[in-house]
Amino acid sequence: MHWLLVIAGAVVGAPARYLTDRAVQARHDSVFPWGTFTVNVIGCLVLGLVTGAVTEGAASSQVQLLLGTGLCGALTTYSTFSYETLRLAEDGARLFAVANAVGSVLAGLGAAFAGTALARALWG
Amino acid sequence: MAKARPLVGGESTDSDVDLHLPAQRGELRRGHGAVVAVIALGGVLGSTARYGTGLLWPTPPGAFPWTTLLVNVAGCGLIGVLMVVVAEAGAAHPLVRPFLGTGVLGGFTTFSTYAVDVERLTDGGRPGLGLTYLVLTLLAALTAVWAAAVATRRALRWGPR
Repeated sequence: MHWLLVIAGAVVGAPARYLTDRAVQARHDSVFPWGTFTVNVIGCLVLGLVTGAVTEGAASSQVQLLLGTGLCGALTTYSTFSYETLRLAEDGARLFAVANAVGSVLAGLGAAFAGTALARALWG
Repeated sequence: MAKARPLVGGESTDSDVDLHLPAQRGELRRGHGAVVAVIALGGVLGSTARYGTGLLWPTPPGAFPWTTLLVNVAGCGLIGVLMVVVAEAGAAHPLVRPFLGTGVLGGFTTFSTYAVDVERLTDGGRPGLGLTYLVLTLLAALTAVWAAAVATRRALRWGPR
């Protein structure tokens, strides 16, 4: 049952990352990987909210597996983030590479804190 | 041969299509059902592998999240190999990259758990450990993808043709 929840979340999360990435990237004429940045920050916000809800007793561990481990885990990616950072650095866009690395980490962290704070405000 | 820079997901699978041209954005809506399907399948495989790894080596609350760190670093090393072999050396089936790169490795690695784990450690009164984890993962992941890409390029150059 636990595995099925992770599978159900991931089967939605991974294609959602791909489709969001394409939609975002097509609308920005920039070498900056806004698509991956966007899905990662959204995933951090949602996972912060879910984890906060579980901590406050407002959501079950099943919800954590479905939306957290499955959906947010598949929606967000470290591998594409690091590869895109490497490409920027190798293509000579060093400033963009640093901005992507630092910006993604700070924005993701901020979103995670905002998600848990929101959960505390809603259910705490 | 001037090839478009091989992003993992942000490009069309057809290298003749430039998604930045409004006239070609119809490509966004058209015929990539197979790509979405293999990404869903790969995402399920990668995510269940990540979940299974967490069951094998669970991280107690307040402890340093070694399992997630190693999963993310391993996934970054593997994408470095994959992208050189598939995207730079070319000649792979067009669904290999979406399946392995966007699907399996994208599902295996996670940015959200990374960020929320830092929040948990900080909120749990261990901000120093959280900061160490934050920086160590970033540096190890970037080193892994760089080293793997460089090593794979060398191996392909020196290997049998």
